[in-house]
Amino acid sequence: MANKISVTVNGTTHTGEVEGRVLLVDYLREHLSLTGTHIGCDTSSCGACTVHVDGKAIKSCTMLAAQADGASVTTVEGLSSNGELHPIQEGFKEEHGLQCGFCTPGMMMTATDLLKNNADPSEQEIREALEGNFCRCTGYHNIVKSIQYAAKKMATTA
Amino acid sequence: MTKYIGKSIKRVEDKRFITGQGSYTDDIKIPNMTHAYILRSPYAHANINSIDTTAAAEADGVVAIFTGSDIPEAIAGVPCGWQVDFKNGDTMKEPPHPLLCRTKVRHVGDGIAIVIANTKTQAKDASELIEVDYDILDAVTCPKKAAEEGAPLVHNDVPNNMAFDWELGNPKEEVSAAMATASHVTELDFINQRMVPNAMEPRSAIGLYDTAYDKYTLYTSTQNPHLIRLLMCAFVLGIPEHKVRVVGPDVGGGFGSKIFHYVEEALVIWASKEIGRPIKWTSDRSEAFLTDAHGRDHITNAKMGFDADGKIVALQAYTYANMGGYLSTFAPAVPTYLHGTLLQGLYTTPKINVDVKAMFTHTNAVDAYRGAGRPEATYLLERLLDLAALEMNTDPAELRMKNFIPAFDGVEQEGYVTQVALQYDSGNYEPVLKRALEMVGYEAFREEQAAQSNGKLLGIGFSTYIEACGIAPSAVVGALGARAGLFESAQVRVQPTGKVSVYTGSHSHGQGHETTFAQVVADRMGIPLEDVDIIHGDSDSVAFGMGTYGSRSLAVGGSAIVKSVDKVLEKGAKIAAHLLEASADDLEYAEGKWTVKGTDKSVGFGDVSLTAYVPHNYPEGLEPGLDMNAFYDPANFTYPFGAHIAIVEIDKETGHVKLKRFIAVDDVGNVINPMIVDGQIHGGLAQGIGQAMLEGAQYDDTGQLINGSYMDYCMPRADDFPSFEIDRTVTPCPHNPLGVKGAGEAGAIGSTPAVVNAVVDALWKGGFKVKDVPMPMTPERVWNAMQS
Ligand code: FES
Ligand code: FES
Repeated sequence: MANKISVTVNGTTHTGEVEGRVLLVDYLREHLSLTGTHIGCDTSSCGACTVHVDGKAIKSCTMLAAQADGASVTTVEGLSSNGELHPIQEGFKEEHGLQCGFCTPGMMMTATDLLKNNADPSEQEIREALEGNFCRCTGYHNIVKSIQYAAKKMATTA
Repeated sequence: MTKYIGKSIKRVEDKRFITGQGSYTDDIKIPNMTHAYILRSPYAHANINSIDTTAAAEADGVVAIFTGSDIPEAIAGVPCGWQVDFKNGDTMKEPPHPLLCRTKVRHVGDGIAIVIANTKTQAKDASELIEVDYDILDAVTCPKKAAEEGAPLVHNDVPNNMAFDWELGNPKEEVSAAMATASHVTELDFINQRMVPNAMEPRSAIGLYDTAYDKYTLYTSTQNPHLIRLLMCAFVLGIPEHKVRVVGPDVGGGFGSKIFHYVEEALVIWASKEIGRPIKWTSDRSEAFLTDAHGRDHITNAKMGFDADGKIVALQAYTYANMGGYLSTFAPAVPTYLHGTLLQGLYTTPKINVDVKAMFTHTNAVDAYRGAGRPEATYLLERLLDLAALEMNTDPAELRMKNFIPAFDGVEQEGYVTQVALQYDSGNYEPVLKRALEMVGYEAFREEQAAQSNGKLLGIGFSTYIEACGIAPSAVVGALGARAGLFESAQVRVQPTGKVSVYTGSHSHGQGHETTFAQVVADRMGIPLEDVDIIHGDSDSVAFGMGTYGSRSLAVGGSAIVKSVDKVLEKGAKIAAHLLEASADDLEYAEGKWTVKGTDKSVGFGDVSLTAYVPHNYPEGLEPGLDMNAFYDPANFTYPFGAHIAIVEIDKETGHVKLKRFIAVDDVGNVINPMIVDGQIHGGLAQGIGQAMLEGAQYDDTGQLINGSYMDYCMPRADDFPSFEIDRTVTPCPHNPLGVKGAGEAGAIGSTPAVVNAVVDALWKGGFKVKDVPMPMTPERVWNAMQS
């Protein structure tokens, strides 16, 4: 069964038909060719697919595209504005928070959500906030530092 | 002059990844592309009576369905790339690994049919309509049980399920004679459990056949595109190699699991010609659990003897190594030449023997996983040493110091010749352990441990390891059974404007080659980093390559790049000499220009490169152009080493283990980019600690993988770790131009036994004298250890 949906992604509104069972992540990747959002599992465990829906980080493999009807979605492609990196992107680069880069978009989307709710998280709070995001490359060490970098940067520019 | 080498230059590749512009295989879309889904066996061992695809073939969107019987007999399957024969000289048993099963399945996940449709969902839906009639047979999953009389056979023509048996070192009689002189013998039976590599990007492959050029393209999530091309063309499909392009685009982690030539790669290439459309196959995570080659899986008995002074006098090890249902590309090398050869460790042990039986079982294939054999060797040695220290009531750090091989640099002092077929390049082992002890605050820790009285048990565990990396000297590995060379190639193309493109046969899937290699080239050529581009992963642009694994990229691939850069500079000197009207011998090259020694007459690299492509005023007889190729075959392996220390706290009530601190001091030779090396260490540590505490594939007796998803397999998460405390010493490699040894695997090799040793130490200090807590050390297992 096809559903008509209208979703705003990174500021652009897309209207079209999707099959009822299409996941938001597949909609983003296949229909909109926004391949920065990744699929790392089939059990909603890894967080590679994390995006923001109406300002909150969610795993886009746990949501149907049809459920996003009327919502505003931000993906990694929408993180930077006017060619300027978002502080979290800068943090990941400066602190070597990524290696293969596969988990990175999801990590950054989770991290920005964390920083929105807790501008100055402790190391333990950061580690706990990343519970639902797997990284096999970095051992998380530099991901923590990247998020701390971003927190600091956002505090000084806020 | 080093402007870049040794500096933590931020990675040039990051930009595309942090902006969502990375291009992994599954991100690639090709016009008219179809999608494949592979129907897999739900049984570990069964005869296939029939496969009925009639209903599936008529389902929505289905383009084609192929089963094993559709594939020509001539295509026998994917080959093994390493031959290890039986002790008695009999040839290794190497049964075919077909692209799709014809009559029998040998592990859960073995492929039955490939369903190709317009969308992945259609392919998946249709696969559910395929009817397969199986006769289910008994299975065997444990390599030791597989060797028993009457065990179910994985391959009818492989008696006792044995792929080969193998032995290395001193004769067993000599080892047991030495063992008999020992005043103390420590013996341990343990399992080095099966690991699932779990690169975050699931495997993916796109096959494309272009009728216009009669040419195939394979995009695949691989660590070594050229090797895949060679194996697939020459040994699987019998298609001419020059008619195939293999691209390993951005790859989301490998850790070994993406080295191997997988059946899906050959399947999509073969089928793309059959159907005349491109085909994409992307693994689900559940499929990845069932089919990405696993790691480790050894059952070992080992004995170490000590004299009254605590000097090791002998080591004997027996291992059953699980190969799974088929021999994967490098599988035979892992428990043998990457494991047995490392059992000298850092110690002067005079007599060593290792005996390995490689067994087929009804499980997924096992092959190289980060460290590959070397973690198993380190685990064996380091568990024995800490346990021996506990049993002999001596200090584990002192016990190691007593047994360390004295320092040697490989230049003034010869490389150390081991009892197990290697010659170490250079080593200086005391300083790493001393530094680690200093970082941990050893004496203070022991006092704190003794005073602990809060219902928690504190423990400290050590591991001082060595690894053989920079894989590998071709002739040496050839003699040991490798069916390929293990050199590396590089090409430096100099543009007329003096900009440089470097084509490397190494493949980056997270290691940061685009930055590290550029640092090497920019420094060597004295040009800005921005003027250097590193290109990898495409067999149409990179002349040849052996890929990335075994911590080889910088040591071998980097050395090939240095060689080609030197050739460029050598030719450039001739052009410069002509322009400066001097002899090439009188020139020196620094900071991007050739200067006539003792004068201020000079010519820059850019002028020389322009002259090479606009050769109006040019040396007679010299070819135009300034591109250079080089192949580098290393003289030896490299031997990084280090000392790892874990501190744990056990909750006596629950058995829960908290990793409080982890200290790693590694020596990986010279370091080009410290930030990247640190990152490699961090990642390796997490995998090694993950093995000790959390991870492990579990097959039940019927051959079902009972924890084949992230709901069941415990992946390490951010809050499982403290921040790591790391440092390094530098003992340069004497035999490669960069003096580097490789850093990719160190963390995973050293860390695992340190954590287990720490738990055992905590238990002993708490009065529970257990020898072992099986990995992963779940609270239940630790709690049980306290009840015995
Ligand atoms: S793909 Fe969504 S959580 Fe793994
Ligand atoms: S950077 Fe590779 S999985 Fe996180």
